[in-house]
Amino acid sequence: MEFLRPATWDEALAAKAEHPTALPISGGTDVMVEMNFDVHRPSAILDLNRITELAEWSGDGETVRLGAAVPYARIIEELSGPLPGLALAAHTVGSPQIRNRGSVGGNLGAASPAGDSHPALLAAGRDVFVEAESVRGSRLIPIDEFYLGVKRNGLEPDELIRAVRIPVADGPQQFSKIGTRNAMVIAVCAFGFALHPKDGTVGTGIGSAAPTPRRAVEAEEYLRGVLAERGLWESGELLGPEVVRRFGELVKAAASPIDDVRGTAAYRRHALAVMARRTLTWCWNDYRKQIRSAA
Amino acid sequence: MTSRTIQGQKNLQKINQASKDGIGGSPLRPDGALKVRGEFAYSSDMWHEDMLWGTALRSPHPRANILGVDVSEALKVPGVYAVLTHEDIPGEKYYGLEIADQPALAIDKVRYHGEAIALVAADHPETARRAVKKIKVEYEVLTPITTEEQCLDPETHGYVHEPHEYKSHAYGNVCHEQKLVSGLGVTDEVRALADVIVSGEYEVGMQDQAFLGPESGLAVPAEDGGVDLYIATQWLHVDRQQMAPVLDLPLEKVRLTLAGVGGAFGGREDLSMQIHACLLALHTGKPVKIVYARDESFFGHVHRHPARMRYEHGATRDGKLVFADCRIVLDGGAYASASPAVVGNAASLGHGPYVIPNVRMHAIALYSNNPSCGAMRGFGAVQAAFGYESQMDRLAEALGMDPVELRQLNAVTQGDFMPTGQEIDAPAPVAELLQRVKDMPLPPPLDLEHPDVRTLPGALSNTSHGEGIVRGVGYSVGIKNVGFSEGFDDYSTARVRLEVIGGEPVAMVHTAMAEVGQGGVTVHAQIARTELGVEQVTIHPANTEVGSAGSTSASRQTYMTGGAVKLAAEAVRHELLERGRHRYGWTQTDLSLVGGKVVSASAGVLISMVDLLGDDAVEQTREHHHRPTVPFDKETGQGFGHVQYTFCANRAVVDVDVELGLVKVVELTAVQDVGKALNPLSVVGQIQGGCTQALGLAVMEEIVVKDGKVRNASFTDYLIPTILDTPPIPVQILELPDPNAPYGLRGVGEAPTVSATPSIVAAIRQATGKALTRIPVRPEHLTDTL
Amino acid sequence: MRVTFSANGKPVEADDVWEGESLLYVLRERVGLPGSKNACEQGECGSCTVYLDGVPVCSCLVAAGQVQGREVRTVEGLGGEDGELGLVQQAFVDAGAVQCGFCTPGLLVQTDALLASDPQPSDTDIREALSGNLCRCTGYEKIMDAVRLASARTCSAEVRK
Repeated sequence: MEFLRPATWDEALAAKAEHPTALPISGGTDVMVEMNFDVHRPSAILDLNRITELAEWSGDGETVRLGAAVPYARIIEELSGPLPGLALAAHTVGSPQIRNRGSVGGNLGAASPAGDSHPALLAAGRDVFVEAESVRGSRLIPIDEFYLGVKRNGLEPDELIRAVRIPVADGPQQFSKIGTRNAMVIAVCAFGFALHPKDGTVGTGIGSAAPTPRRAVEAEEYLRGVLAERGLWESGELLGPEVVRRFGELVKAAASPIDDVRGTAAYRRHALAVMARRTLTWCWNDYRKQIRSAA
Repeated sequence: MTSRTIQGQKNLQKINQASKDGIGGSPLRPDGALKVRGEFAYSSDMWHEDMLWGTALRSPHPRANILGVDVSEALKVPGVYAVLTHEDIPGEKYYGLEIADQPALAIDKVRYHGEAIALVAADHPETARRAVKKIKVEYEVLTPITTEEQCLDPETHGYVHEPHEYKSHAYGNVCHEQKLVSGLGVTDEVRALADVIVSGEYEVGMQDQAFLGPESGLAVPAEDGGVDLYIATQWLHVDRQQMAPVLDLPLEKVRLTLAGVGGAFGGREDLSMQIHACLLALHTGKPVKIVYARDESFFGHVHRHPARMRYEHGATRDGKLVFADCRIVLDGGAYASASPAVVGNAASLGHGPYVIPNVRMHAIALYSNNPSCGAMRGFGAVQAAFGYESQMDRLAEALGMDPVELRQLNAVTQGDFMPTGQEIDAPAPVAELLQRVKDMPLPPPLDLEHPDVRTLPGALSNTSHGEGIVRGVGYSVGIKNVGFSEGFDDYSTARVRLEVIGGEPVAMVHTAMAEVGQGGVTVHAQIARTELGVEQVTIHPANTEVGSAGSTSASRQTYMTGGAVKLAAEAVRHELLERGRHRYGWTQTDLSLVGGKVVSASAGVLISMVDLLGDDAVEQTREHHHRPTVPFDKETGQGFGHVQYTFCANRAVVDVDVELGLVKVVELTAVQDVGKALNPLSVVGQIQGGCTQALGLAVMEEIVVKDGKVRNASFTDYLIPTILDTPPIPVQILELPDPNAPYGLRGVGEAPTVSATPSIVAAIRQATGKALTRIPVRPEHLTDTL
Repeated sequence: MRVTFSANGKPVEADDVWEGESLLYVLRERVGLPGSKNACEQGECGSCTVYLDGVPVCSCLVAAGQVQGREVRTVEGLGGEDGELGLVQQAFVDAGAVQCGFCTPGLLVQTDALLASDPQPSDTDIREALSGNLCRCTGYEKIMDAVRLASARTCSAEVRK
């Protein structure tokens, strides 16, 4: 096994081109578990810690460009304004020590269906892009095309994740996650939700309840329709229990979970419906407050 | 009375002030400073120049015949020094805590997932891991015998051990059995005496000790052909007793020294890597260190027996218990371990701390192809308590009675008889414990207007902002035996030496007691201070150079080894005073050692201990035996089987998100009679820790085994409570002395683990209205999504 | 490979490090700092917590090669001058927060970091900050006491200044 320590991003890309089977490591919170438990023996480990720009983020008011290695702790501290859903998701990751090292880039690289970032990224909208780069050039992979299967993503073997581009929230966002303990737990299932009043859409993301993170498309469409048809964006009226219930049912229907050691498929479906109802209610209540105080 | 004598008495009072760091005080741990500096040497910290790393190849199958093992490729890996199989074992191939039914390395067949088959020693852990992967094992995979029904039908499903190989009273995949009948037993006539009958079936999942310090140690081959092992264990001498025949060495050539122990809770009562490290060290002639990773730890030690229990209780209309009919089936897994003792506890304590005139009990432990189960904190009693306390709540509901009052109405007290026929001849304040726990103030209600999400079920996972949350309160009480029972003489040995060092009298206490975190070393020093009137006490490292201290289990060490230290210290005191009497002709009979001086109650200070001792140390070794017990009659369960009983009562307050099935324990109160708190700080710490392990069993902890395979051998999926899962645990201690015990003390460690689980489940039942007959309670149970 | 870094203010180096080794292994087995503990090696217990460039992390999840040239501070570096116990260390001993002690080194580092950023945390803040550090012996109550004690002593020490 080799240990590669590029000092710059260009060196990293060159190293990845030369060693396409090299396993990138940043926070190490996934990679090192596999090393310690003899799950994986890559040909090389590609350390990205020296590339400081990966741990930086920038924003233009419209979009946040989040460096792949910005640790969750800093997302919570610095980005809960522009990226509230992701910040809430980051807060549920592992432990404080894990949040000091783990990053969205790592979550995307591992592409586990249980990764906590994914539902929040999906809910943030369709204009979330993974910035993938190789010596061949750079490309933006839409988040909806990124997750290909259990622990499989849309990266080419010579590509590295440089950053994620996430639209700044224009409405309330929420994230809920089920664990069988009150801290430090891998998601039994998780749900991200966002209201996007600017374009009249809503975003959803389901975690740990399908081979990949996925959005509840029908639920999004249903709610978008209801909000538009009833003029609710403008009126800020209550949604009513039937809309909330229906939304929950559609989220539940969008999942295709399995029974495993962490929970049953039936529970996952049930819990997703509950989380969908609750996060929708919280977001809508916040939205109503916002438009009322704006009025 | 002259003024002079009054003055003398006042002086004496000053002198007579026993050390505040004697018994009843809470001096700081002698190992505390080392532990917070990171300098305390745990077994996994052992290091030796040129040491090798050992590791094991383990079976991926729960049941298979081994057709062949080829180690040749593994031996070719550079850096590998040895690859061993059972053929390389010089002595006996089998060992065991109570029954020698477990091969040190698998022979021809494997009986559980994770059974060790071969060993590798190499220059680096990674080299050893790579070599293990190159060992080729040819298996004939067999269908595992895993359920109660399969085990009890060996004609159809086969035997875990061939019956002709049974080394005990086992039969037909039943490793051990205990029946009990008291009063009239349970007959139709007895049933007819009851106005109300409630029955239930209950299930307990497989809990793990989950001590944080993984199994580990260092074996160093010695010039005399023997071996020195630095090891984390609960009982040095019984380890040695099992190891020596396998290593084909006389006992004295197998020398064990206790290394730092990172928790135990029963999980270190059986051997893990002891024999393996020694085999590799003796084979290679080099020191060998073995450290289990967390996944291997789950395969490397026994767990708490899962249980299936059927209970039927009958009572009169006014709540008096008439009968109890109980059947407890414990899954012992592949090897016997402590199964016989677990069965004995379940059978003799399985009806709870209640007066029940007619009892019928049948407890068995099975052999299966599931992981081996054995000792874990409160064994036998923990499983049963979930059954009988669930029944008490059911009965209270059926009678329309308050559940605490029902328990109090039937509670045992001193002078009552257990269904074994044993009289409870020490205080048994069960009703009072319940009253006290009930009288403690309740925590404030949940602030649903402005809740801190971190304090709600789900906490940081942000699942509720107050929605769906219902509070529940539950009560329970439990009974546990202290010490080894059923005729076992689990004596302890202590050597105490008193001498002048640096101008001060200093006591040295030497025992083989395994300090696993419980604070025995603190208590030993306190006893020496109290008995010898000194301040300075040193604790000698625990090893096999002194006699056995028995096991650090069964809540017995303060009672047993503490008792031995007391006896040895008293003998030292006696010898010292005799020396003084001989030398100075003292005639007083009221002498004691206080504040470094020999003091007469009537004549005041006679001499300083420094002067009396001079250059001559005084040393005594004593064994402490508890009062004898007898085995239970196999059919009737009758017999004076237990040394001492101990009781704890709990109240749990929980918040349940009834929609999501998530639980947050808000408060867990405990009241326990400890006889005498030798160290109140440690006693409270034991009770709080014991309650927390009970909390884990109630709501999250289970080794999930499917078709004999362990599915969650990691801390990612075997969850133990974090600090956010654990509530405030207010503790009250009662001190009603047991006349049969040293200082009147009562074993502390296990009772709260026995009693607390049912209170939490009762509280969840109250919040949700669900029957909850299985622990751990999962979200699926609360949301009907199993 | 060779790895050199600073441990508790002193330069250390380790040779023949296997590329898959963790910082925890290097500390414990190669540079004589076994105080950080190996309880789970998957970031689920916190007993290996150390400061890496001032940030508390699980050293089991840091690859050895990643610490090249960086600063590590372990439980062995929390003591006061002249070998005295540090404030947090003393509070854990005084409060009875140490039983088996295997979780203690990680808890000490994490508590040290908590009090550095918030000298007077609420109980819920303490629980959140320590939620990545498992303890199997104490039921956490004495650990809560220890952190409260350390907090009180930190504040009174600051008042004295």
